[in-house]
Amino acid sequence: MASPVLSIENLFVDLPGGADRKHAVGGLTLSVNPGEIVCVVGESGSGKSVTAQAVMGLLPKGQLTRSGGRIVLEGEDISHVSMDRLRDLRGTRMAMIFQEPMTALNPVMTCGHQIDEVLSIHTDLGSEERKARVLDVMRATQLPDVEQLYDAYPHQLSGGQRQRVMIASALVLDPALLIADEPTTALDVTTQKQILQLIRELQQRRGTGVLFITHDFGVVAEIADRVAVMRHGQLVEQGPVDEVLRRPREDYTRMLISSVPSLEPPARPDAVVGEVALRTTALAKTYGGTSLFGKGRVVKAASDVTIEVRRGETLGIVGESGSGKSTVARCVARLIDPSSGEIRIAGVDIARMGQGELRPYRRKVQIVFQDPYRSLNPRRSVGASMVEGPMNFGMARSEAERKAGELMVLVGLKADALDRYPHQFSGGQRQRICIARALMMEPELLIADEAVSALDVSVQAQVLKLLDDVRRRFDLAVLFITHDLRVAAQICDRIVVMSKGQVVEQGPTAELYAAPKHPYSRALLDAAPGRGFAFGRG
Amino acid sequence: MSAPATSLPPARLSGLFPFLKRYPLVVIAGLILGLIVLAAVFAPFMFTRDPTSMSPLQRLRPASEAYWLGTDHLGRDVWSRLVYGARVSVIVGLAVAGLSVIIGLVIGLISGYVRWLDAVVMRIMDGLMAIPGILLAIALVSVSGASLTTVIIAIMVPEIPRVVRLVRSVVLTVREEPYVEAAVSIGTRLPLILTRHILPNCIPPLIVQATYVCASAMLTEAILSFLGAGTPPTIPSWGNMVAEGRLLFQIAPWNLLWPGVALAVTILSVNILGDGLRDRLDPKLAKRM
Repeated sequence: MASPVLSIENLFVDLPGGADRKHAVGGLTLSVNPGEIVCVVGESGSGKSVTAQAVMGLLPKGQLTRSGGRIVLEGEDISHVSMDRLRDLRGTRMAMIFQEPMTALNPVMTCGHQIDEVLSIHTDLGSEERKARVLDVMRATQLPDVEQLYDAYPHQLSGGQRQRVMIASALVLDPALLIADEPTTALDVTTQKQILQLIRELQQRRGTGVLFITHDFGVVAEIADRVAVMRHGQLVEQGPVDEVLRRPREDYTRMLISSVPSLEPPARPDAVVGEVALRTTALAKTYGGTSLFGKGRVVKAASDVTIEVRRGETLGIVGESGSGKSTVARCVARLIDPSSGEIRIAGVDIARMGQGELRPYRRKVQIVFQDPYRSLNPRRSVGASMVEGPMNFGMARSEAERKAGELMVLVGLKADALDRYPHQFSGGQRQRICIARALMMEPELLIADEAVSALDVSVQAQVLKLLDDVRRRFDLAVLFITHDLRVAAQICDRIVVMSKGQVVEQGPTAELYAAPKHPYSRALLDAAPGRGFAFGRG
Repeated sequence: MSAPATSLPPARLSGLFPFLKRYPLVVIAGLILGLIVLAAVFAPFMFTRDPTSMSPLQRLRPASEAYWLGTDHLGRDVWSRLVYGARVSVIVGLAVAGLSVIIGLVIGLISGYVRWLDAVVMRIMDGLMAIPGILLAIALVSVSGASLTTVIIAIMVPEIPRVVRLVRSVVLTVREEPYVEAAVSIGTRLPLILTRHILPNCIPPLIVQATYVCASAMLTEAILSFLGAGTPPTIPSWGNMVAEGRLLFQIAPWNLLWPGVALAVTILSVNILGDGLRDRLDPKLAKRM
């Protein structure tokens, strides 16, 4: 076997003093062979990104320090080389692509120039030659109209195209090692599928070794040759992808894999026949239009959306970014004003109510947001956030506090959590608090706007279970907004598929997953990563 | 993924002492300001005499045991005038900073949150901002006569739009935070949303802004007095002293020197304190240092 492109031997990276553990990475040994894709998978805080940074020599100064071990790139020990040598190696022998292509690209430089920059720094080629090389590599990443895109700025490209530009600039000098740090996490599933294919293809053709960092087992199943599972900075296990995914040796790996929601909808109890909690009719939201300076661009964020949710039922709205699913949620919660159409809550149209009139209906509709770090006011104790709602409607403080304590226990936290502040809780705990805060209002409709998308899979499974529990216990109607088909399969009774602001298909979950009618639903289901693996069992 | 800055715990006093140890300059600036304020408050007990009493026989005396910093062209004690003059600077600085922050905060909060008011309010603010402070002061003084109140109003008016803009920009970012939307959906009324969820985010940048307003107000007051459009000459102020000392600069330089030094030291201290506060209150900036 050829010697590895990259071998990491007993790597230690120290966290700054005062952190909850000593090492960000503690004794990691890992290697990547030429032409091989090694996926490093783990939950947040597992040290997977730090490993990538350590290899590139990009550890944040003053915060993380490498305290031991060797990093060998193509036989050269790069753990003690000078900054100059490291700079030479970056771009030529090793390159990195990042999660967020919008921020990883310079917004004031054209795409062509950004790729060209790599060449002008590391080679002596003339400008004509460089341009030819840049166009070549752009074509290789399957970008359309490369001559035009050469002069385009990053904001003029779609997310997928931007990531292709990133890949082009990483691969233009044919590095031996490509490090990809969650390169598809910010992308839609259909785009993700294309990008994964592209990385696979380029890597095979060029024999590049790839260190692929991800949290998503679906992606691992799609792309990896070998998998390394990390936890708390340590390697849990590694092995060929089939072996680790199908026959994991360690309990932790088994737990992670079984937490990945299955794409197969579980059998749900009989069709729900509660009263209708929400019905929208031809709901639409348009942005833009006429302004002071003449006619602006009109964007139809949502149009002709007609949906219905009954008590005791979970309706999922799935779609990619820009599909209008969040717009619908925010209209229903009246956080934004709909442009036209009806929103009937308990039979009453609230679409055009003024704030005063709306108040009694506010409490019937509650919303849980995506980002658990921003959904709670950091300056107020959890208790203060919890009692705020009922007290707005005249409940006495002591009564509200008693209720808050009960609900805290119900969502799986201790009642004394009320005295603490949001920063003292983990993401999953905060999401539980947000659900409890919503329940304080005794709502009829609970909107979960990507409520589990920011959570690690193991936590995600728990919060999903909690949502299902409270739905049953309080006979809630749940409107579940998500981009994740796996999550939707697990929790939704019915699914609405949205694309470009319109509902393209709706139906019972099992039916829709088994036989999607609309081509877009089919494409969406096809693109879900890791279809071949039966996750969620175990 | 690191948590965004908004989820950081609120700044606490527990970290204050290590902070002061790291920034000795801020401590010195704070001490100097403290002394100046104390001197201004307790001016009669600062070994001063009546700052307006003239003694023609003692004109333009250099520093001596009786007159620590010498006397001016009317035989008034420079030390006493300097100490009493600090009162004017301190009052103007604090009043302008306090009033413009309070008024600007209210306007900024409402303008940032109530969208239909925003355009109107901000155009009015643009209009106010276009008025040069010194011209406004001269106009006001010529209409209503020179007094400390006139000076404070004249300096305050052009400062308000700056505060409004700052507050509005904070409100515009914070109003999009999910926790504010959550407050809306649990039925919290507008005044409570503004004071409970949005206002606390405005305080740290406002405190910093207030120090800069304070420093610039002191300076503007001195300029106005120097031009004769500020504090009436009957009240000793540093600006007045510089203006009067300028004429006899070559014969009695102390008349110009001491109020000038006092003004420079005070404003420098306020600015250093402001920078220190900014580092302390803005965790993002502090981390970068």
